[in-house]
Amino acid sequence: MKEISLHILDIAENGITAGADRISINIVENIKKDRLTIKVSDNGCGMDGKTAAVISDPFVTTRKTRRVGLGIPFFKAAAEACDGFLKITSAKGKGTSIHVEFQHSHIDRMPLGNIEDTLTQLMIGYPEIDWLFIYKTGNDQFEIDSKDIKSILGNIPLSEPGVINYIREQIRTGIGNIRITE
Amino acid sequence: MNAIKSLDDLKKIREQAIEKRKATANSGGVQVIVGMGTCGIAAGARETMKAVLDFIEENTVKNVVVTQTGCIGICEQEPILQVATSENEKTTYGKVSPEIAAKIMKSHVLGGKVYEDHRIQI
Repeated sequence: MKEISLHILDIAENGITAGADRISINIVENIKKDRLTIKVSDNGCGMDGKTAAVISDPFVTTRKTRRVGLGIPFFKAAAEACDGFLKITSAKGKGTSIHVEFQHSHIDRMPLGNIEDTLTQLMIGYPEIDWLFIYKTGNDQFEIDSKDIKSILGNIPLSEPGVINYIREQIRTGIGNIRITE
Repeated sequence: MNAIKSLDDLKKIREQAIEKRKATANSGGVQVIVGMGTCGIAAGARETMKAVLDFIEENTVKNVVVTQTGCIGICEQEPILQVATSENEKTTYGKVSPEIAAKIMKSHVLGGKVYEDHRIQI
């Protein structure tokens, strides 16, 4: 994966598999502390402590199509290569939260990349999920909730022409306004 | 600082969409599914889905629902795109680059003709 936003697109899928109907994605760029933090939390079925402890092992998966799962191990390896970590907290029946940190200025840290496409696609591709996205920098905070968009649209789908561009532009502008130039 | 569009703008888009629906006949509805597992993403599925969404915007395609799915077990064929015209009619395409995605949208989704070149059997 060449971008952090691709990893986010990837691990967000785990929440859907866990039966979540609300998933939040938080990104914090803290230049003062030189940290980049990403948190993805869902309200899905969660895991027991034993499973949560071993889920970063590529050969642990609940899936039936293959016996190898690489999403979390990939993201973890990327973070650890940049003086960071990946931590999973999970409670059976309540949900799972994945917390990833990078050293912001680390030379090996991949760029955040195209967040607007990642989020637009998650919102459109999984319309039954309420997606909350919060992006924070030293400048300000930007927030978008697909629940608000859906409640206005009613029976008009998110993949309607016009709506796709609206969502993408909304996120692109919101992020662009407060993004720290790298 | 650029102005963020208000939710009122979205209400306008909704009203326009409802008006257009009244004017045009319902084409029956097609579902386009993009494989977005780790394998798909690593192979470029986000750009493939972007091409599908851009095609819908550029050609004002109505009644198409675009969704994602996880790994379906044929990772070597990713990015995978499926076109479902009804419950039982589902065509699977493999190695779908953004360019191929646009061709599938034009031929299959708009024209109703399967794009044989990248069709795969599963």
